[in-house]
Amino acid sequence: MTSRPSTDAGWFVGDDVRDAIENGSADGPADWPARAVDAGFADDEGDYYDRLHEATVDATRAAVQARERADDQQLVHAVRSMDDAERTANELAERVAEWAGALFEDVDTGVDGAREVAARDPETDAERRAVSLAQRVADLADEAEDCRAFVERTAPAVAPNLSRMAGPVLAARLIALAGGLGDLAKKPSGTVQVLGAEDALFAHLSGRAPSPKHGVIYTHDYVRHTRSEDRGSAARALAGKLSIAARIDHYAGDIRPDLHEELDDRIATIRARADS
Amino acid sequence: MSLPDGVERRTFDGRERLATRGQPVYGEPTDGPWRLWDAGRSKLGAMLELDMGVGLDGDDGVLYLGAASGTTVSHVADFAGPTYAVEFAPRPTRDLVEVAEDRPNLFPLLKDARKPETYAHVVESGLDAVVQDVATRGQARVAARNRQFLHDDGRLLAAIKARSEDVTADPDDVFEDVLATLRDAYEVLETARLDRYHDDHLAVVAQPKTTD
Repeated sequence: MTSRPSTDAGWFVGDDVRDAIENGSADGPADWPARAVDAGFADDEGDYYDRLHEATVDATRAAVQARERADDQQLVHAVRSMDDAERTANELAERVAEWAGALFEDVDTGVDGAREVAARDPETDAERRAVSLAQRVADLADEAEDCRAFVERTAPAVAPNLSRMAGPVLAARLIALAGGLGDLAKKPSGTVQVLGAEDALFAHLSGRAPSPKHGVIYTHDYVRHTRSEDRGSAARALAGKLSIAARIDHYAGDIRPDLHEELDDRIATIRARADS
Repeated sequence: MSLPDGVERRTFDGRERLATRGQPVYGEPTDGPWRLWDAGRSKLGAMLELDMGVGLDGDDGVLYLGAASGTTVSHVADFAGPTYAVEFAPRPTRDLVEVAEDRPNLFPLLKDARKPETYAHVVESGLDAVVQDVATRGQARVAARNRQFLHDDGRLLAAIKARSEDVTADPDDVFEDVLATLRDAYEVLETARLDRYHDDHLAVVAQPKTTD
């Protein structure tokens, strides 16, 4: 344990300067270079700035590393990579279908079609290129699948309640859209409800459109499989519980079964409106 | 208005552009020891191009809020003295640390500019300039809270981004509100729209308000 300097002391007072720079504080600034020289920390101003440079570069590099390696950030990278790889695979698959369709009989579209092309034996130069491109599509699609598997493994550890409620992939998407689990936990549920619908939200705020009912949470069964008249209510109920789940995951981390039951009950009530 | 010592106009591709002397950091064109300071990528660079009275001098002490990857702050550190660079997001700060490594007078800090108490134990008092380019709501409050680092004749050089305050409001209304709040802590000396280089940004040069 390091001794935390008092709030009117500079970063150089204490025995762990890296910790002091990262976690210390002061009520206000002072002429730190002069104080450090007076305190015998530095020989002169030049020496002080040399030490300050070394300490800030060290401490900030360590702080960045710690923040970037936090698991929620790995999850964010993985889910974004998954989406990028999937989108790119689909895009390239269209190109493969066009090219291979001109060279071979019975070429199907999409990633599956590209996989079939990749399995062919090319005979000409042009066929070799088309088959090779098809192989890249297959590889990219495999990579997307691997990323998805990573997300499904990691999300429940990072955000147990959120993953259980939303499923690991949607949980990861919400975390990615917010910027991190901590950021998601600090967002009001109204924001969580429309995360991923920013275009529609801004159109609404500019007075050009009705308010969006949901963002990426649309992919959740509780929203998608509720009839359209009640979908706004379902989205609002789900977003409310999701934001509570994110807060529990960020600040506590234990599974709370009650929370999940409350949501199930609430959705059942909303859907019962359809029968009355 | 003259440029600060250490900043010069040099000819790149037949045009007079700003340049400073230092290690290149982002693949910018160079001319001997001089490297191009692109006003289109730097709001402070745009303020200099527009001949605003930024009151900067070589060897000034500077606090830079919202340093991002360090593009602009690298140029500031080329001509200024002690330069404290505050950035809140980890990813750009990773690049900022690399930029700072070769510059002994540049001190990178992963901190939130809205909370100066978290870096007041590192950043010294009596600085000559606070440069502010933060994309957060409440930009005038950020400026007010960081006034404590300036000496009485110091300068606030702020690039106010309208969209950060309110994406839907008319930028002119946003700027008026921000300036009104800013005037509680500062005397505003000069303002200019940066639209030629950066959309919906207002550059502000201000001086701490003294109580007497």
